[in-house]
Amino acid sequence: MEQVIGNISVLAAMPIFNLGLLIDGLLVGSIFALAAYGLALVWGVMNVKNLAQGDFIMIGGYITWTLGRMGIDPLLGVPVAMVVLWGIGWVLYRTVISKVITRDLFTSLLATFGIAIVIQQGLNLAFGPDTQSAHANLPTLSFAGGLITIATTRIVGFVLAILLAIAVILFMRKSRMGQAIRATAQDSRAARVLGIDTEKVYSFTFCLNAAICGAAGALVVMVWNVQPFLGTTYSIRLFVIVTAAGFGNLPGVIAAGFGMGVFEQFGGFVLGAEFQQALIVLLLLAVLAVRQLQQRRVRQAVQ
Amino acid sequence: MNDAIIELTNVSKSFGGVIANHDVSLTVQRGAITGLIGPNGSGKTTLFNSIVGYHPIDSGSIRFEGREISQLRVQDIARLGLLRTFQTTRIYGKMSCLQNMQISVPHRKARFSDMFSYGRTEVIERAEHLLAFVGLYEKRFLRAGSLSFGQQKLLEFAMALINEPTVLLLDEPTAGINPTLINGLIDRLKRANAEFGITMLIIEHNMRVIMNMASKIYCLAHGEMLAAGAPSEIQRDQNVIDAYLGAH
Amino acid sequence: MSRTSLHPLTMGLLLLVGIAAPLLFPAYTNQVAVLWLMIVFASTWDILGGQMGYNSLGNIFFFGAGMYTSAVVQIGLFYDVGMYTSGARTTHIVFTTTQYFAGFALGTITGGVAAALLAVATSWIVFGLRGPYFAIGTLGVAVAGAELMASWEWVGAAAGISMPVFPGAPDTQKLFFYFLLFGLAFVVLVFLRWLYATNFGLAINAIRDDEEKAEAMGLHTRRYKRTAWTIAAFFLGIAGAIFGNMTGFIEPRDIAFPTTTFNIFMILMVLLGGKGTFWGPVVGAVVFHVIKEVTWTYFLGWQFIALGLLIVIIVVYFQQGIVGWLMEKYPERFGIHIAPKGKEEPASAIGLAPHPEGAK
Repeated sequence: MEQVIGNISVLAAMPIFNLGLLIDGLLVGSIFALAAYGLALVWGVMNVKNLAQGDFIMIGGYITWTLGRMGIDPLLGVPVAMVVLWGIGWVLYRTVISKVITRDLFTSLLATFGIAIVIQQGLNLAFGPDTQSAHANLPTLSFAGGLITIATTRIVGFVLAILLAIAVILFMRKSRMGQAIRATAQDSRAARVLGIDTEKVYSFTFCLNAAICGAAGALVVMVWNVQPFLGTTYSIRLFVIVTAAGFGNLPGVIAAGFGMGVFEQFGGFVLGAEFQQALIVLLLLAVLAVRQLQQRRVRQAVQ
Repeated sequence: MNDAIIELTNVSKSFGGVIANHDVSLTVQRGAITGLIGPNGSGKTTLFNSIVGYHPIDSGSIRFEGREISQLRVQDIARLGLLRTFQTTRIYGKMSCLQNMQISVPHRKARFSDMFSYGRTEVIERAEHLLAFVGLYEKRFLRAGSLSFGQQKLLEFAMALINEPTVLLLDEPTAGINPTLINGLIDRLKRANAEFGITMLIIEHNMRVIMNMASKIYCLAHGEMLAAGAPSEIQRDQNVIDAYLGAH
Repeated sequence: MSRTSLHPLTMGLLLLVGIAAPLLFPAYTNQVAVLWLMIVFASTWDILGGQMGYNSLGNIFFFGAGMYTSAVVQIGLFYDVGMYTSGARTTHIVFTTTQYFAGFALGTITGGVAAALLAVATSWIVFGLRGPYFAIGTLGVAVAGAELMASWEWVGAAAGISMPVFPGAPDTQKLFFYFLLFGLAFVVLVFLRWLYATNFGLAINAIRDDEEKAEAMGLHTRRYKRTAWTIAAFFLGIAGAIFGNMTGFIEPRDIAFPTTTFNIFMILMVLLGGKGTFWGPVVGAVVFHVIKEVTWTYFLGWQFIALGLLIVIIVVYFQQGIVGWLMEKYPERFGIHIAPKGKEEPASAIGLAPHPEGAK
């Protein structure tokens, strides 16, 4: 408790620290926003809540880490992870997702949870339970007399995340497939009637999401670290973001992603890193509670 | 007979920018059958949902037996004795007809301990009696979801009756029903009204049905109250005719 | 009808099997004891998941809550908990026989009660949520429990707590915990038999079939949902308290709140046996547990991968479960009557001719 108060007083006494945390939070938040966008995409288009989202990210991270061990620059891991994850997404769609897509929501939730367990345990068998990270050889910048330090990798990660997000958004707006995806999200029956191959749209959306996760994972392993069982934390984090914003609300999802990054930086600083996971879960409960109150207000007038 | 049981005054409701109901006023007399008609999309079901508490209204007042209910929630309103049936029939599909009836008994005075009581004989007798009333006695042990659509509709009606409502709001009771059954259903509705003293407000598209049953009819068009009066007046009302023919 | 009787014969048989098992197969006492625990898991999960249609991913929360509550009570009655759990402790702490059993009895009861109270508290958060939000919300509750315990020094944080040592021979200890778990499973089954025969069973089935309709009919849906959740929590809390003492050591992530093992086993067993049926969870638990015990060691580290695959396969291809499949095949045997398929019957056939005589 004293430690918490101490940390808060540090923040109060030295405003410059706040700025440092804020910048760090925004840089990390960009990756959250990217992966959350993928989750929202699958959620909105296919009505599948992918509980293996965080584990896809971990796969992407481990691919990049493996490349790094082989002497390949982690930055090159981004495209490689995207391609590999696209393939994994395709296989999973064919074997599992396509069969649960029309069933009730719990079915797809549980199926993706099963996939998440397989991935976690598979990564554990392949890479062991230690945390790993891959460092691109980039310098750390410091400002304000060393009070603010920003790793250049975080800036690179931020820029890459933003570029990828813009590319995906442009794709959704301009390309034929992107339009088909958006049409399917609005009304899949009507889309089918109008000759859109929704099966193909679903398959493409799921693969695209997996690829986005792959990229996010490559960035995560550069700016942070990966561990086989961290996937669940990422999944919950992304659910918090998407639930808080509403899955149809793209700017909201991105803003909530940044918000999550900032919240975690401050929370981690004040409470200590060991509370990080507890913090995310409590945030999930808080978001769900607030959402529930809102729904209540929408359905019933105030008494 | 000048005893209003439901009184709507200037009720408005819009969804986003779409005005579903605008300044709607309506009165249902105790013991009467009142009809509510109007072309598709005129806001009838929205009005029903406003009355039974599915969403808050933007302005106006809804009174049931003199009590303001526009702020109450669905369950509370149902427990006051103001019950509705659904346009798309809703029953508990995996339970037998009798079980559907047993769980539909009034919950007005249900106490905590009532959750754990067994099916009482008088409840079962009453359920069987009402199932016989709608003609489903023979099918009481069948799984409700396996009944035909028309039978499910009858079951839903029987479930509403065992709930002992003061007022029953019926959303298109004859829609989708085999024409040969309609006369029987009208007869049941009238008898429920006369014998059990249940006041009714009925949305109906079938003019023959509603003209035959209701003592007073309200007509909605474009979310506004277009006309009100006895069936014979409504039938002659030029506005109503125009609304249905699309001249409005 | 099957739901109105308590089946004294089947229950008596179950009692006999439960008592005879450790006497006939003493080598497998622990395995069978865990089987009874699995039956408690599956049957209590099915109250919400099967009978009420609310698929929880977080029931394990109450198991862990009961476990930790009992530990704190059992230790706290005689010692300072913070001192007991601290890593720096050097003295060996001994509980006398009276202390052990008094603490154990009180701890188990408070474990159940605390879990039930937590269920009431969490119900305010989770029951406004429907469908997938409910599942994720309950998962959040369970993970939150694990994380809070893992970062709370007073209860040993991630290092866990060594429970008081059973004052007796290992064989007595085995039988003691066997009969506690069997007794719990038996009580749960008898209780659920009774519960499903009352209005409660009808009401939660109605919520499963169409909650909006149930609300429109004035059913106190929240009251039923909260009570169902609390009942499940109470039994899970007691199970947690007993199991914590049985293993002798508790820690947050793998024993008290194992979200990816016991927590998933619950759901898997119910799906395997048949959701929303009384015997489904029991059958599922037996089949799952036997398969798991027989094959587990042959997987050489691949167990959890097999588990994940099993979830996917069951969910995708065999969701109605064993009992559910039998019910579909032979509905009459289970007292379910399906209307014969065919055209709408003529009005006269269902007594709806224009002027019928009615029932009176």
